[in-house]
Amino acid sequence: MTGSAVRQNGHFGETNPRAVAETVTDPELPMLTLADLGVLRDVRDEGGTVVVEITPTYSGCPAMGVMRADLVHALHRAGFADVDVRTVLSPAWSTDWISDEGRHKLAAGGIAPPGTAPVRPAGPVPLSLGPTRRTAACPVCGSLDTEELSEFSATACKALRRCRTCREPFEHVKEI
Amino acid sequence: MHEETVYDALDHAHGGEGQWAFGTGFDEPLAGVDTTVPEGIDPADLGAYCLMLGDDALVLCQRLTQWVTNAPELEEEVALANCGLDLLGQARLLLARAGSVGVLGRSRTLATDSIPDEDALAYFRDPDEFRNSRLVEAPNGDFAQTLVRLLAASTWRLALFARLRESRDPVLAAIAAKGVPELTYHRDHAARWVLRLGDGTTESHRRAQAGVDAVWPLLADLFSPTDVETRLIAAGVAVDSGELRDEVRDVLTTVLERATLTVPAWPAEHPSRGRAGDHGPELTVLLADLQGLAREHPAATW
Repeated sequence: MTGSAVRQNGHFGETNPRAVAETVTDPELPMLTLADLGVLRDVRDEGGTVVVEITPTYSGCPAMGVMRADLVHALHRAGFADVDVRTVLSPAWSTDWISDEGRHKLAAGGIAPPGTAPVRPAGPVPLSLGPTRRTAACPVCGSLDTEELSEFSATACKALRRCRTCREPFEHVKEI
Repeated sequence: MHEETVYDALDHAHGGEGQWAFGTGFDEPLAGVDTTVPEGIDPADLGAYCLMLGDDALVLCQRLTQWVTNAPELEEEVALANCGLDLLGQARLLLARAGSVGVLGRSRTLATDSIPDEDALAYFRDPDEFRNSRLVEAPNGDFAQTLVRLLAASTWRLALFARLRESRDPVLAAIAAKGVPELTYHRDHAARWVLRLGDGTTESHRRAQAGVDAVWPLLADLFSPTDVETRLIAAGVAVDSGELRDEVRDVLTTVLERATLTVPAWPAEHPSRGRAGDHGPELTVLLADLQGLAREHPAATW
C-alpha cells in the first residue's frame, strides 16, 4: 500500500466520509493530513456506521486521542452521526507510507522528509555502532551538507539535524 | 458560556469530550483491535505475561524520565524522554492487552472500576503485584550507569521482541513488531554513549566501568522462564528468555570491548525475583511517585 491510499469502498450518498476524513490534519504536524501521513488506513460503511481505521506512528504517540477526537468531530460536523474510529496495530506504521504530497508539505514546512525505511527481516536486529549515515537535504537552503545532532527530537518521529552550509538547525522525520 | 471552571470552558470549546488540550482525556490504546484470545492459549497466563513485559516498560520509562531537568545535555534529556515515551506506549498496549483478557478479575474495587484497565493496572497495584525484572527497577545511578542499564535492558527487550513478532497471540505479535524499530533506536543510542564514555576520558571510563559493574549482577534476573512463560512457550505465545542469552551476551560484549571496558564474568543466574513480585525497596519509592496522584484523586481528569 502506498502513501495516502485508502480503500475505495464507502458509499454514503452525496457526502463522501472518506473525503471528510482525509481533510483531518495531524495535531503535531499540522501541515499534513492523516492521509498524507499514512496514519489513516481505511474509511468504510458498516451498516450505516462510518468505520475509520487509524494506526499509531510510534507506540507512545500521544496524538492518537486527539486524532480520534478530530476525526469524530469532522465526521459529525459533516452529518455522519455514527462514527467508530478503530486502531489497527498491524502492519506497523512505516515512514514509507508518507505520501509524496506529504513529503513536499513537510519540506515546505521546514521539516526534512524521511528517506527509505530500513528493511527489517525476521531474526536478530544487527547492532549499529557507527555514526548514522543518513542524509537529509536542508529544508531551508537545500544543501546536502547536513549533520545529525541527535536521533531524538521534539516528537518521537523526528531527529534533530543542522545544516553546515546555512547553519540552520532543522528537524528530520526519521526512517522507521 | 457559563461553565463552572476554565477547564469546562476549554472542554466545551473543543467539542465537549474531555479533550481541551493536547494529550488530555483517556484514550483506549486497543480501541477497535480484535482482542479475541486464540484457541489453546490460557488467558490468565497470557495476561500474566503481558504484565511482565508491560511492567518492565512502565518502570524503565519512569526511571528514564527521572533524568528530565537533570541530564547533562538538553539533547540527551530529550532523547531519554523519547525512549521513555516509546516504552510508555508499549506499556500501555501491554497493560491494555492484560486487561482485555481479564487479569483484573475481582480485584476491581470501587476506586478503580470507572477507570481504564491500563490505568487500574499501572496505578492501583502494590509493589508485590508488579512483575517487572530487577534490572529495570534499580536506581539510575549516574548518567553512565543509566546508559549501561538502558543498553542492557534494550538489548534484552529487542532480542525478545524480534522473536515475539511470531507469537501466536496476534495482539502481542503486533505490539512486538511495532516495538522493534523503537527498541533498535534505544539500543543503538545507548551503545554509542557507552562507547563514547568507555573510550573517553579517564573519568568517563571509570564511571562507565562502575556502571557496568553495578548493572551486571542484575542480568541474573532475566534468563530463567517462570512457570507461566514455560506454558506459554509450549503454546507458541511466549519467547524462551533462556534462548536470548547468547545474543544478549554477544551484543553487550561487543559494545563493552569496543568501549575498552572490562566485561565482568556472567552472573550466576537465578529464578527471576522480579517476575515473582520480589522487588527491592527502590520499587516502592518509584511507585509511590508514579501512583500518588492517581490514588489521591481516582478517575481525575485534567
